[in-house]
Amino acid sequence: MLEPRSFSGGLHPPDLKATADKAIVNLPIPSKVVLHVSQHIGAPARPTQKITDKVVCGQCIAEPGGFVSAPVHATISGTVIGAGNFMHPFGVPSPAIVIERSPDIQEPVYTAEDGLGLPVEEIKKRIQQSGVVGLGGATFPTHVKLSPPETKHIDTVILNGVECEPALTADHRLMLEEPDRIINGLKLIMKVLNSEKGIVGIEMNKPDAIALFTEKFKNEKNLSVQPLEVKYPQGGEKQLIYACLGREIPSGKLPMDVGVVVQNVASAAAISDAVNLQKPLMERVVTLAGNCATKPGNYRVRIGTPVGDFIEMAGGLKADIPLKKVIMGGPMMGFALFDLNVPIIKGTSGVLCWDETQAIVPVQTACLRCGSCIRACPMGLLPQQMKQLVDHKKWEKVDQIGMLDCIECGCCAYACPAGLPLVQTFKLGKKNVMAERKKSAANKG
Amino acid sequence: MSAISTATTSSVPRLLVTTSPHIQSGLSASRVMWDVNLAMLPALVMATHNFGLRAALVIGLSVAGAVAAEFLIQKFLLQKPSTLSDGSAVVTGILLAFCVPAALPLWVAFVGGFVAIALGKQAYGGLGQNIFNPAHVARAVLLASWPVYMTTWLKPGQGYGIADAITTATPLGLLKETARDTQLMEKITAEGGNLIGYVMQKLQITFSDLFLGVNFSGSLGETSKLALIIGGIYLLIRGHISWHGPVAMTATVFAGAFIVGGSLHYALFHLLTGGLIIGALFMITDMVTSPMTNKGHLLFGFGCGAITLLIRLKGGYPEGVCYSILIMNAFVPLIDKFMIPKRFGTSSQETVS
Repeated sequence: MLEPRSFSGGLHPPDLKATADKAIVNLPIPSKVVLHVSQHIGAPARPTQKITDKVVCGQCIAEPGGFVSAPVHATISGTVIGAGNFMHPFGVPSPAIVIERSPDIQEPVYTAEDGLGLPVEEIKKRIQQSGVVGLGGATFPTHVKLSPPETKHIDTVILNGVECEPALTADHRLMLEEPDRIINGLKLIMKVLNSEKGIVGIEMNKPDAIALFTEKFKNEKNLSVQPLEVKYPQGGEKQLIYACLGREIPSGKLPMDVGVVVQNVASAAAISDAVNLQKPLMERVVTLAGNCATKPGNYRVRIGTPVGDFIEMAGGLKADIPLKKVIMGGPMMGFALFDLNVPIIKGTSGVLCWDETQAIVPVQTACLRCGSCIRACPMGLLPQQMKQLVDHKKWEKVDQIGMLDCIECGCCAYACPAGLPLVQTFKLGKKNVMAERKKSAANKG
Repeated sequence: MSAISTATTSSVPRLLVTTSPHIQSGLSASRVMWDVNLAMLPALVMATHNFGLRAALVIGLSVAGAVAAEFLIQKFLLQKPSTLSDGSAVVTGILLAFCVPAALPLWVAFVGGFVAIALGKQAYGGLGQNIFNPAHVARAVLLASWPVYMTTWLKPGQGYGIADAITTATPLGLLKETARDTQLMEKITAEGGNLIGYVMQKLQITFSDLFLGVNFSGSLGETSKLALIIGGIYLLIRGHISWHGPVAMTATVFAGAFIVGGSLHYALFHLLTGGLIIGALFMITDMVTSPMTNKGHLLFGFGCGAITLLIRLKGGYPEGVCYSILIMNAFVPLIDKFMIPKRFGTSSQETVS
């Protein structure tokens, strides 16, 4: 096996991966789904359905709102009972279509064909039409990543099987249980991009997955597994590319600028379905964990299922432990939910139901200038200084020292002994820096 | 601005909503400070072993002064919630006591502790804001105000009484005195001896005495290198300090002394005497008044070591650790400006165009 590789900075929070040995369970079809038109980065999709319309599972109900956008499909068959603003998991009302299930409408049947034999344009079209986005959480529309400018050759495709977020095990289980879908997806991506090399990056805390893929790649010339040091954020796109290839994406640039495209392993599996079965993205694997969950595990669930219904179908909450905090995603980068009526979206990798012993808010004290944040930052930034500048609204200065390079991974805040809300400050800072940039560009132009 | 808000929903009464990350290392300022206090325990035991009840009283009064200043200033002057429980005032009090002689009048120890917090810390705005190491600020004040008290060294192993106590020279003090005395130096050389041999013979000490901290005098906490190193290793293991500063400072003094003195004995003598080890392990590793990056700590430690040696060899005082650290403290903002990590994505590298 190859030596594990890594990047500088970062840290290792506790694994908390108690569900790693729980096989994926397919949940029943929900009675209602809420499908937001904004489940991806880019322009929201345009709804095509109105209330009382009958829709069939897999039918497109919202068309892409531009090139950097993705369609949304009905994930159950039934009747549209709501269209308008509904609470988005991000905590803001946002347009969505609500479908109530009619069990009498038959689920469509998909027939398989060999997608690798199809022409590149057809593969790309099928991926675009299926609404696949980055399922690791960033939800960038996949077809956009697969359409680099002609001048940029992508020599390497990296599949992200790192799953460095504590508590999450959905990708791990998918790699163990459905490796062939993932590998087929990887080959399809490589065919589209005409790439020479395919790498699956997996953290060393998943030796079973590393062994399985090493075995699967025994007779593959161009495919390999890259074991990676167990360190957060090893699965960050920039850190992953650096660890696998030693290539450093210049500040403000994209992976394609160093000849690489990164896709999550779950996205690769979805790509395989999209091309071979022409099956749109309708479901995903979500890890349910936390002290309040009765049956923590990994569940395949229809996108749009309200979180509360998802938890109920997956065993429900413990009656005797009061629920304190619900996190969508992982503990380091996930967001806390206000409300359990919000749906599972394409980017939902986990739902963590925490009691008060887990939902601890650090006490804020004065900055000690200890430098823990600087040592922890995987981007080589100066979080302590950035916070001071944001607090004093020095947007230009904080832009100069790299505010927009911040990936919001949370290492600084995790390490801070003063319990300072660094990520919160930087989210605010980034917004303002971008607004300032726009303003000064407008003034010049 | 509060990071926390709560929402009411039908199914769940109140969910806690905060920004990510939702977990934290569990490290806090008070945990760091109490760990530092714990790390000073071996040296405190050695101080009491050497100088008896007096040592305990000087340390106690210095801590009392520091705690009193912290409490009174926060309560009455600033009218802010007290941060006494974070243990940082106690750290300052103990560190100051570690840098003064056992014969210091107890009221002076109290004044020192008070000055350390009032002038060295709260005057700047409290924890995290001060530029200079508070304990060393107070030591400098005491040395300027009561120079005799600050240079009266009791021979270790005596009782509490001061009136009839025997005083002695510190190894560095005797070294400076001897080196200045040209006639004596000529005599030593004529007899085939050397400076270090003479000093150690006169004080009847060995290198292992210097390392263990027995049979010679000095400031309360600085004598036993073994005790200090045990504490330092504890802080290193707990991740509260890095090796960079301490190694840079001690290596600079050791190497510099070796070059100047031309012998390993001479270099070892400089390494094991005075406040070098306590300075390197407990003073320059103070988070607030030291640089923020490891690179910065290397430079900071080098500067402290170089200035220490310069004062010891050329200055008026036999020891220079305190002033070297105060001087280098002033350079920390500058070091922090330049010794920064390389930003990811700023290497000059060819990209696919």
